[in-house]
Amino acid sequence: MILSIRQVVKKYSDHLALDHIDLDIPRAKIFGLLGPNGAGKTSLIRIINQITAPDSGQIIFDGEPLSPKHVDQIGYLPEERGLYKKMKVGDQLLYLAQLKGMSKSEAISKLKEWFIRLDIKDWWNKPVDDLSKGMQQKTQFIATVVHEPKLLILDEPFSGFDPINANMLKDEILAIKERGTTILFSTHRMETVEELCDEIALINHSRVVLAGEKMEVQNRYKQNIFKIRYLGDLPADLKGMDVLSVNGQSATLKMNVGISSNQAISEIISHVDLLEFQEIIPSFNDIFIQVVNETNAYE
Amino acid sequence: MHMNKILLIIQREYITRVLKKSFWISSLLAPVLITAIYAIPIWLAMKDKEVKRVEILDLSGLWKKSDLVDKEVAFVFTSGKEQELKMAFASKGFDAFVAIPEDVLVNPKGVHIYSAKNIGMSLKESVEKLIQNKVRQELLLKAGISSQIYESTQVDIDSKTITVSNDGKETSSSSGGAMILAGIMGFVLYFTLLLYGSQVMNGVIEEKSSRIIEVIISSVKPYQLLLGKIIGVGLVGLTQFLLWIVLTIGLTQITGKFYGEKVKNNLTQIQKVDSEKQSKVIAKSDEGSPMSEVTKVLESTNIPMIIAAFLFYFFVGYMLYSSLFAAIGSAVESATEAQQFTFIVMIPIILSFLMAQYTIQDPDSNIAFWASMIPFTSPINMMVRLPYGVPGWELILSMTLLVLGFLGCSWVSARIYRVGILMYGKKVTWKELGKWLFYKG
Repeated sequence: MILSIRQVVKKYSDHLALDHIDLDIPRAKIFGLLGPNGAGKTSLIRIINQITAPDSGQIIFDGEPLSPKHVDQIGYLPEERGLYKKMKVGDQLLYLAQLKGMSKSEAISKLKEWFIRLDIKDWWNKPVDDLSKGMQQKTQFIATVVHEPKLLILDEPFSGFDPINANMLKDEILAIKERGTTILFSTHRMETVEELCDEIALINHSRVVLAGEKMEVQNRYKQNIFKIRYLGDLPADLKGMDVLSVNGQSATLKMNVGISSNQAISEIISHVDLLEFQEIIPSFNDIFIQVVNETNAYE
Repeated sequence: MHMNKILLIIQREYITRVLKKSFWISSLLAPVLITAIYAIPIWLAMKDKEVKRVEILDLSGLWKKSDLVDKEVAFVFTSGKEQELKMAFASKGFDAFVAIPEDVLVNPKGVHIYSAKNIGMSLKESVEKLIQNKVRQELLLKAGISSQIYESTQVDIDSKTITVSNDGKETSSSSGGAMILAGIMGFVLYFTLLLYGSQVMNGVIEEKSSRIIEVIISSVKPYQLLLGKIIGVGLVGLTQFLLWIVLTIGLTQITGKFYGEKVKNNLTQIQKVDSEKQSKVIAKSDEGSPMSEVTKVLESTNIPMIIAAFLFYFFVGYMLYSSLFAAIGSAVESATEAQQFTFIVMIPIILSFLMAQYTIQDPDSNIAFWASMIPFTSPINMMVRLPYGVPGWELILSMTLLVLGFLGCSWVSARIYRVGILMYGKKVTWKELGKWLFYKG
């Protein structure tokens, strides 16, 4: 584990932001931190970044209790982000890299690599004021990763990115993961979760309401629903399953508990010619909505 | 490691400001203005000192050459007819022609001054004064008062102030010069505390409103950022002082040298015209000028001590006020929103400046004493008192209180700051600011 969060509590004067949070974030994985606005994601991220301190609880980073010396091993791209407008891109990145503990010469050579990599070689002397929004986002991304942190925290990284830059960012995130960096990803965009994350945790009302490996979570929430395409007449009553809907030569079926796919298929092919058989895996969007609604009802 | 990061912040704050055009404009403009203020009156005075030549026809025979001595006018006696002379003086190269009638003692209004162009006020006055003095002297003589008695009544009071220290050491001082020096230092402090304090505030607002703040404080602690910013801007202030001092001294030296040559030339010219009495007049008039008064104070006071105290009161006073300005900057999201809070910090600065008007008049009064002790008003008021001489214990007490005041203010400010910089979309009230003081971590 790169990061273990144990029983973390954070209270603000008027509300409880984090209520005994427990999370384990494994090394070299992309971990999705999900949850509706105001659930407590930003509070948790600020605690991991040591911008604020928890009221109680413990955080273990790379085997040691989290302490100020770890800030140089973490890279953070906040949701609301900006740059010094009057500073030049190169000077600004050099400053931010040095604040993360890099030496000047080291920072310059790494920055030059990134400038080539993201194809922005001639930006070094441009004032930030002259950059488009997409260009500023590239600059901010470099500032987050240039010191090669062990843990990269990205809060809604894709917000405001155009599709081309978003794709570039995705590729870079995956490449960084390949190099062994852990990425903690805060978002409420479910399509990116499905595409990128290995593990997820869902926070609602200051608590972790769902956590686990992506496939495992999906399996947990699947409802044994299948979609089939066939030739012939499908009878309304099939053994071990209910027909939910029929549409021409395709149908949606829900299997009873204890029925395996093989049993279901042999029952179906005894009536019709089966062309396609597909299990419906719940989308994270559905899971998200379902869990949030359940916990809200419970509150 | 931590020191390194603070140094980086100081460096950025310093360099971005020192590279701005506005910094250099204000650094250059102020010395040029000061030099101009110093040089223009001298230049104007020099211009007038161009010696005018006046032809004089004295029908009364009362005037001797030695009576007609003036640093701006050279008189040449002539004889002849007034009617003819008044037509001819201009072509002989005279600026004016004065005709004194025979019966000038009974008819002083019979004096005529002719000039080609419109005669200048100062020339008219000089001529009238010389004639008037002689006429008065003659009339007094007639009334039985000797010229010795008359001379002895012409006293000129120019008192010397002498400061006596406890060990009986006497130094001559000039309260006029002390006042000028005190006034300059008081004003510069007033101006720079406001200027650099609000620069810190605007820097904080910039970081908050541009949203770079969250990235920065994920690398350094808020107090490190705050400290680095305050020190960085403070060093910009010190750099500006240094430039002001060096440039002002340099420019005034150059102009002084330039004028010095001219004054010398003038002197020899005048001396050619007449006597040693002349040079006395010049020497005396120079002695009374404000610049020489300041020079006198500078000679009689401990300059390194004054400079050290000035830098101390500027830097610590600035740190105190700028930490409060920073707290305000952190609580708001724009400069306009800041206005509702800045008055609370500006009031003590403005108040100190107003109190300094009393302090400068009466530097040993109760008001002056307390104003130079209370941390908020002490930077300006102590610097105003210092040229007049302040007991050592008062200075040390005032400095100690200022440092304590700074520590207190920075504690309050840092607590407001660390909460404020992350607070968005909320109208902040005084009550809210009070609550922030007691937030944990």
